[in-house]
Parts: sequence; structure tokens; C-alpha cells
Amino acid sequence: MRYMLIIRNGEDHPRPGDERWDQLMADYGAFSAQLASYGTPFSGDPLAPPDTATTVRVKNGETLVTDGPFAETKEWFSGYYILDVESLDQALMAAGMVPSAQWGSVEVRPVMDM
Amino acid sequence: MRIVGDLQYAEDALQEACAQAAREWGDAGVPLNPQGWLVTVARRRAIDRFRSLSAASRRERSLWDRALSWDTEPDDAPIPDDRLRLIFTCCHPALAREVQVALTLHVVGGLTTAEIASAFMVSDSTMGQRITRGKRKIREAHIAYRVPDDEDLPTRLESVLATIYLIFTTGYLAPTGSSPVRVDLLDEALRLADVLAELLPDCAEVLGLAALMHLTDARRATRLDMGGLPIDLEHQDRTLWNSDEISLGLTLLSRARNCDEPGPYQLQAAIAAVHARASDAEHTDWAMIATLYDGLYALTPSPVVALNRAVAIGLSRGPLVGLALIDEPELEASLRRHHRYHVVRGHLLELSGDARGARRAWDQALELPMSAHERTALLEHRAALGLDEVR
Repeated sequence: MRYMLIIRNGEDHPRPGDERWDQLMADYGAFSAQLASYGTPFSGDPLAPPDTATTVRVKNGETLVTDGPFAETKEWFSGYYILDVESLDQALMAAGMVPSAQWGSVEVRPVMDM
Repeated sequence: MRIVGDLQYAEDALQEACAQAAREWGDAGVPLNPQGWLVTVARRRAIDRFRSLSAASRRERSLWDRALSWDTEPDDAPIPDDRLRLIFTCCHPALAREVQVALTLHVVGGLTTAEIASAFMVSDSTMGQRITRGKRKIREAHIAYRVPDDEDLPTRLESVLATIYLIFTTGYLAPTGSSPVRVDLLDEALRLADVLAELLPDCAEVLGLAALMHLTDARRATRLDMGGLPIDLEHQDRTLWNSDEISLGLTLLSRARNCDEPGPYQLQAAIAAVHARASDAEHTDWAMIATLYDGLYALTPSPVVALNRAVAIGLSRGPLVGLALIDEPELEASLRRHHRYHVVRGHLLELSGDARGARRAWDQALELPMSAHERTALLEHRAALGLDEVR
């Protein structure tokens, strides 16, 4: 069963250049190593901040491109993992180990098998 | 459950098994272990249905294959495990509390959607959606049908106990309605707590919750007056308390104590036990209750527990000691919008001989929302003390 862990950073999340940043990177390294040690197949990536986002919509056959959206909420989508585990409990356990969860949230969603 | 991995199918299979049971028991008499027998039949039925599914729908139900592959135990695996798995699944923390409650009553308690809807005073369709949503999430998010590992057990158990206790308190506070499909949530909650205590006989808090519920339920006959309004503990007719249920509660509590793992439910049960042992309100051992509240406050430091603790201390060590705790700024700040804070404060002031202060506290209480019944009682109490003339 695959699950996506959707990571959202809160306002006080460490940023590149913060003294907490290096520690955060080390924690992410340790998290990946731990998943690998469980033998859990996973993939994932961080995303550039929301001010780099561009939105595309198709209306009546016309493609509209807009700058943004700029995050209006206090938490912004900052990265994801996709894990293949046995049940929700394991996905929730992994979500609790995501370092950014301390300063934001991790949403756990099952991936639909199509 | 494990063998089918789909709540709806398991339920359908169980219903079929029950129907078959009704037919066969009529002829052959009740089997020695009716529950074990029922589950065995249900299991066979579920497998039959699984086999009869078309290839296409089988592919849709690829989850099942995995669910089926988990089942490594023989057919005659102990039945209690199945019920325990069901309870833990219905109360999984990934489900909202209201969904946990609805699923537990429906799947474990066997109540119909209409019965649960009526008990919680929502429409049948709302309750139906709630149950459907819960089942869908269990299936699609793949919440496992199993008893959690020892490591996760304490947190998962908290969720189960909170769900059962919520069913109980809802039943305790519910007006005695006139709905034709009314179900007694107190009975349902007690049954669930008893089942859990039977399945987890060495879990201190499980026994503690069952004890708390039985000791509270022992007062059932006296909890409401003729008009269906709640009666204070102090004014209940204790001769009408159910002594069998009190003994049952006390036995459960002493078994819990033997586990030597104190917890909030055990402490609340111990407090209920002190009330149960007192021949009347006058003879309540408030010093003991205060000690128990000290323990409860250490474990769950909520403002409401702090208020109750202050009352118990006020009644055992003198009203001024209690008032000093009640007047602590932090407690005042979190409870000043609640009438009970001012009502209780007024009573302690009255006990300390400060009639004027009591009157002022009750005036503050009367400005806040409270039930018409409580308002009348407070006004009567104030009038009876002749405080209306105090200025």
C-alpha cells in the first residue's frame, strides 16, 4: 500500500542560512537512512518555496498561466514522500519521524491504485 | 475480520450467519459456544462470497488479497481477538471521535444507523454518512485490522477508552427521550466496557474505566428527578443506589489497583467509590477525595480537575484553603466564563461565612449561560439563605 506524506512547513520552520538548517538537513539524512534500514521502498523530494510557483488552468480550450498561488495559509507545501508500507499505522509512524513535522504538519494520503 | 479485510463484507457475512443460526438453533438447540460457532460460519460465508466475485471486481478489490494473506491463524483462532481487533479498528486515532463512536456502536455494538442517529439526536442520513465515511476510510486508507503492538498499545487504548466513556457520558446526560427507537447508551457503553475488561483483564485503565462507569451507573435511578432534570450528587436518595453495581465497580477497581499502574480512569473511579461508600453526603470522606484529586491533577492538569480539587480541599481542610486555590489567577482566567466556577466559589464563600461574597459570586454566575433548571435552583438556594436582603 502506497501513501504520500505531504509536508507543510509552518512559519517558524528553519530556512537555508539559519543555524538550525544544517541540523535539519542532517535529520532528513537520518530519516532517509532509517526508512532504508526498514527496507521500505520510498521516494521523495523537497520543493522550492511557494514564491516560485506558477499555476496553469485550461478554460474553454485556452491555457491561462498565472503567477502564484502565493501561500495565504500559514503552512505551505514544501515537499513529499511516497512510501510503500503495509498499513496506515506504519505510514503514520513514518510521518511522525519527518523532521519538518515539528514546525508544520504532515498529511498522510493513500495513493489510489488505478 | 482479518480473513475478509472489509468491514461491509464481514458484517454481511455475520448477518447471514445469524440468520442461519436462527434457523438451525430452532432445530438443534443452541451450540455450546454460540459465538465461536457464529464466527466460524460467518468466515465460511465470507470466503464463499469472496470466491463468487467476478474476476473484474476481484481486481478492484486487490486490497483483499493482502488482507487475506495476513491471515496466518487457523480457523479456530480464539474469538476474543476478533472483537478486540474490531474495537481497535473502529477507534483508530486516524478516525474522528464522532466516527469512532458511530462505528463502535454500529460494528461492535450491533446498533442500527437509526438507533445511533436517535441517540445522538442527528438525522439518519447524517449518521449513515458518518458510518459510511468511517468504513470507507478504514478500507481505502488501509487501517489494519489488528491489535496494536505493545509499544503503541497505551496510546491506542486511550482512544478506545475515550470513545467508550464518551458514549457513556452522552447517555448519562441525555434527557430520557420519547423517541420510539431510543437506545440506552448507558447500557451500550457498559456492555462495551465489560467486553473490553474481559478481553484485556490485566490492563489497569480498562478495569478503571469499567469500575468508574459501574460506580457512576449505580446512581442511575437517582440521577434525574420526576421532570427529567439532573439531581446533584448531594441530594440523591442513596438508598436507591444499586448496591450490586457498586460491589461490581469496587471489585473492578481493586483488580485495577493490583496492576499497580495508576491512571486517570482509576482515580476517577476511586473518587466515585468514596461517594458510593458514604452513607450520606454529610459523611463523605472529602480528605480522601482531595488526595485522589491531587493524583488526578498531577496526571491530567485541566482547569475542571483543578476546580474539583479545590472544592474537595475546601470541604476537607476549610473553605478558605479551597478559595485560595479557586482564586488563583490562572484558574480564574480559564474558568471565569463558566457559571460553575462562580457557583462553586459562592458555596465556599457561604461556608466561610461570607454571605455578601457568596451573593456576589452567584450574581456573576447568573450573568453567564446555564440551564434554566440550574438557574432556578441557584435562585432558590440564594433566596432560602435570605441573602436577597443582604446588601
